[in-house]
Amino acid sequence: MKRFEMLVLGGLTAALVAACGGGAKPTPPAPQAANVDSAAQAERARQEAADRAKEDSLRRAQEEAARLAAQRTADSLAAIGKSTDAVKALLVTMIHFDFDKANIRGEEASILDQKVAILRANPTLKLRITGNCDERGSDEYNLALGNRRAIAAKQYLVSHGVDQANVETASNGKEKPIDSGHNEEAWAKNRNDQFDIAAGGDALKQP
Amino acid sequence: MTRACAVALGAVAVAVGAGLTPPPLAAQDTSAIDRGVRIGILYRPGVRPGMVVLSGNASTLDSVRTIIARDLDYSDRFELITLPGGDSIRVATAPPAPAPDARAATSAGGKATGGPAGHAGPAGHAGPAGSAAVGLNYPLYQALGADFAVAIATPSPDTTVVTVHDVAAGGVRREFRAHVPPLKDAGFRLAVHHFADRILEATLGVAGTAATRVLLVLDGKVYSVDQDGAAFTLVSASDHAALSPAWAPDGRRYAYMEFWQGHGRLIVQDLATGKRGAVATSGQALDFTPAFAPDGKTIAFSRATDEGTDIYTVNYKDNCCLQRLTVGRFSDNLSPVYGPDGRRIAFVSTRAGAPQIYAMAADGTDQQLFAPFDYGVTGSSYAPDWSPDGLSVAFHREVGGTYQVFVLDVRTRGVRQLTSLGRNEDPTWAPDSRHMAFVSDRAGFRQIWIVDVETGRIRALVPQSGARLPAWSPRLPETPASTP
Repeated sequence: MKRFEMLVLGGLTAALVAACGGGAKPTPPAPQAANVDSAAQAERARQEAADRAKEDSLRRAQEEAARLAAQRTADSLAAIGKSTDAVKALLVTMIHFDFDKANIRGEEASILDQKVAILRANPTLKLRITGNCDERGSDEYNLALGNRRAIAAKQYLVSHGVDQANVETASNGKEKPIDSGHNEEAWAKNRNDQFDIAAGGDALKQP
Repeated sequence: MTRACAVALGAVAVAVGAGLTPPPLAAQDTSAIDRGVRIGILYRPGVRPGMVVLSGNASTLDSVRTIIARDLDYSDRFELITLPGGDSIRVATAPPAPAPDARAATSAGGKATGGPAGHAGPAGHAGPAGSAAVGLNYPLYQALGADFAVAIATPSPDTTVVTVHDVAAGGVRREFRAHVPPLKDAGFRLAVHHFADRILEATLGVAGTAATRVLLVLDGKVYSVDQDGAAFTLVSASDHAALSPAWAPDGRRYAYMEFWQGHGRLIVQDLATGKRGAVATSGQALDFTPAFAPDGKTIAFSRATDEGTDIYTVNYKDNCCLQRLTVGRFSDNLSPVYGPDGRRIAFVSTRAGAPQIYAMAADGTDQQLFAPFDYGVTGSSYAPDWSPDGLSVAFHREVGGTYQVFVLDVRTRGVRQLTSLGRNEDPTWAPDSRHMAFVSDRAGFRQIWIVDVETGRIRALVPQSGARLPAWSPRLPETPASTP
């Protein structure tokens, strides 16, 4: 009996929360439980329902965050504006790499996600990815390493639905550093993929 | 015990013999040397033969002399003897007057009357016959520790004569006569360097490296410099960044890579004319690290595409016949270099994870590890260069966060570390397979150094900071000074 009551209350609360949208505070149960004999029991039930709702909302918040992340491209574009320049700015945002590595870092994937959306919205747009390295490695090997970095970004784009004919790769090795310094800060900047519009960048639609 | 006694007795016998021989001779008689018994300490600085380059008597001659003396010094095969100064050596000109009495007399007479101070070296005897052979005071040079002496003369403005004296034997070993272009002519230095190589040939019977050049990269351009550091010249185009120069085995052309809008194309350039031509390799790709095969028509190179980096060959004479030698879907293969017989190619591959040195047949078959390494322990290895004698492959390997030059013995597959001071990389062999140029920051900045692997003697090639990727030429042919 008690268990049933709790389920009813919980379900009710959940429904209310759902109606209010994610992240809403748990609503206190409606006073239709006035005929319950013990006020203390009602109070306890209400407390449990509130806890449950809190958990529920947390989960919803997480889902919401994931949804937001998936739509970050659209949101950020909307925030920045609708101009081609704004789209270009997102398109040429660099990604960075660890020393002597060519794998895409987890936190850099969202930068590539933005590019995926733009490229899919603009099928005539062609992108050139150029890999770069810091000064520490061997000169000639760095051409191959920079190429690997460019390939890694291209593979990410293609695996997310970009036509591979629209992405070309190149490598500067360590020949064109952004920062001419000789410290970790400079090196970290110089281990990157640069993105240039190779063709079709005159008028860009936002995704 | 008995053996020791016998030795002791023998020593006594020798001592007695030596003690007994002199009595018939005068106390100051030094001719005992000729009798085969000599007691004393002979001081020889090092085991290399002594060489003295005698001073000349004209301004151009002095340049010739300076260049030849430096070349002989840089060969690291002689103890170069510095004379105590032009004036004090004038005493050396007193000739022992051998067979051609008349000529020696005129020569000595000319000197006595007209020889200005400081030009009194024996090389000053530029007689009408162009021979500087007469009148060399061999015992003096012998006393100075010289085994060989080189005299330079210019009997006529366009002819230079170099005489190689065998001081120990007391005679002329060899005489060379050649046309040397004027001082300002482009062919002047090369002609003089060839003299130095001929001197090495005449004295020690070995081929030198004086008439060679080193290509290098500085600020993204390819430069050429003589092996003695002179004649620093831009050779690549000024409007494109270039990398990875490499010489053809005949020394008449070289190749390098040029960046073209994110791609790389291979350029072959003629040494005499400077004429450049792009190697027509198909498509848009990043082609780099060219390497000439000894066959005179094939270039192996690395190509980076969106499949990775792999090694290809192409016929640059006919611009055809592109062939792929390696297929590394998830690994990179690069930096090919031919062995001197053209049958094997050493290269870098990341097939085991970190880059290491591998080798394959010239057609891409029989690929195998070349320089052994301990997986997960040995540092990454790069930039192989096969020595012209075929016996060694030099490369650089990561040691403790920096690079050091290593040499692989091709027969035994043994690897030894050559450098330890600073960061050292990108070795390139001289044609004598004993000198090597490489990049090092041992003096505080990145610079190209030359080491004699035999003696360990080291010198900076050029003072420029940031010079890198050296490529040492083969012996350059004695081409006409200028090709119109």
